[in-house]
Amino acid sequence: MRGISIAGAAAVAAATVALAPSAALAQTAAKIDPADTAWMISATALVLMMTIPGLALFYAGMVRKKNVLATMAQSLAATALCSILWAGLGYTLAFGGDAPLLGTLDRLLLRGIGMDTISPFAKTIPEALFMIYHMAFAVITTALVAGAVADRMRFSAFLWFAALWLIVVYVPIAHWVWGGGFLATAGMLDFAGGTVVHLNAGVAGLVAAVVLGARRGYGSDNFAPYDLSLAVIGTGLLWVGWFGFNGGSALAANSRAAFAIVATHLAASTGALTWMALEWWTRGKPSVLGMISGAVAGLGTITPASGFVLPWHGVIIGLIAGAVCFWSCTRLKLFWGYDDSLDVFGVHGVGGATGTLLVGVFAVSAVGGTAGWLEGNGSQVLVQLYGVAATLAWSAVATFAVLKAIAVFIPLRVDKQSEVEGLDVTQHGEALQ
Amino acid sequence: MKLVTAIIKPFKLEDVRDALTAMGVRGMTVTEVKGYGRQRGHTEIYRGAEYAVNFLPKIRLEVAVSADEVDKVVEAIGTAAKTGQIGDGKIFVAPIEHVVRIRTGETDAGAL
Repeated sequence: MRGISIAGAAAVAAATVALAPSAALAQTAAKIDPADTAWMISATALVLMMTIPGLALFYAGMVRKKNVLATMAQSLAATALCSILWAGLGYTLAFGGDAPLLGTLDRLLLRGIGMDTISPFAKTIPEALFMIYHMAFAVITTALVAGAVADRMRFSAFLWFAALWLIVVYVPIAHWVWGGGFLATAGMLDFAGGTVVHLNAGVAGLVAAVVLGARRGYGSDNFAPYDLSLAVIGTGLLWVGWFGFNGGSALAANSRAAFAIVATHLAASTGALTWMALEWWTRGKPSVLGMISGAVAGLGTITPASGFVLPWHGVIIGLIAGAVCFWSCTRLKLFWGYDDSLDVFGVHGVGGATGTLLVGVFAVSAVGGTAGWLEGNGSQVLVQLYGVAATLAWSAVATFAVLKAIAVFIPLRVDKQSEVEGLDVTQHGEALQ
Repeated sequence: MKLVTAIIKPFKLEDVRDALTAMGVRGMTVTEVKGYGRQRGHTEIYRGAEYAVNFLPKIRLEVAVSADEVDKVVEAIGTAAKTGQIGDGKIFVAPIEHVVRIRTGETDAGAL
């Protein structure tokens, strides 16, 4: 047993040496910091928890009883599938080089990542940790999109979509913003994914909802959620997980991480209160769905700003998030007439874009090194607008192309009978009793 | 023998049970049901989407009693379940042909 493990270790070491690329990426370690590493391991677990079970519960609680398991299946499958694809191909294309449009294949199948390697983007933690931290981001972004097409997308088509969308849409945008691509070069600020994660998922969700078409009975049948208590639990897990999402984006255990967490929590709180108040005022009752929607809106909107602003800016950004996302889910959606089942665009798309623009307003140079409009750097807002426009354009066009390509081979929607009977029993052969 | 079936508001169940127990009724069957009458339904709003909910939660209570008790039972239920608001429910009385107590095999009046 011992002999085998030594032989195995020797083989791994030999392979690592043999495969280590000669490029500048292969940096020597020595500076791996235990505190940073410990925090980032924790943050990675928190972000993974946001998808399973956080998002799975959040989404499943909002659909009808016949589609609960199918909705959870989308989060589960996105987690498993995107993790494999991220390790194999996504990571190297996003973070394996700093060309303007895309990375390289230097890290294909994690080649060259040894015990001592670090990424130039996170120099105090093992590169394997940086890789899996961003894997959790790729996972949740893909899983978020599924909410827009809940209740009607064929599971096999969703699997193809998740795989292709990750590589064709998510990976390039992640590279542009975080991997040294052209938006990073332009100075666009996105701390934890206002563009890469939320705007991207929201726009993709909107496009997918339009391409698939509205649910059968939309506007006439009762689509009341099966069990909002599940969605409340899911929101709690998302909220807590977001500490790792935004706090972890500091990539170190430091004050910036702490500032990001405080701003994040305050934004979630004011987001929830704002949506609740607006609903109480306009509808007469403060709904639980409204409170959790406001919390998630605040969280999504503070995401790009969290490591660049002061904690109390989170209060303002959460307030704006609650109001803008409430408007987009209750007015804009009805005005345009699209059926984004779980309001991925209304909450994440609109929130992500709003937050990305607001970083340009509120950024404080003492926190993140870049000044915003309030500190006299008004042009930062234009840079942010550039980032929003680029993300929106690529997400819309490429998502459309991916869906149309899949539709050539597999119908994107289930047939009428399956939709009426429910996706749980027709797609998965199971049902809640 | 009569079967009294009452559809009542759920929050009135305890009052009705207390009233029937007080007058000596020793058993009843209760089911959670959904339905509507003059009250119709109500609307629920989820993020701006309004849904008409036609069927409201109600309680269906069934009591089998002898013919000479039936008027008292109907009156007791009617008094206990009444709020005066729309949606208080209804009481139906129907004849029973035959009753068997499963444990002892007693029948009809002896089985009530």
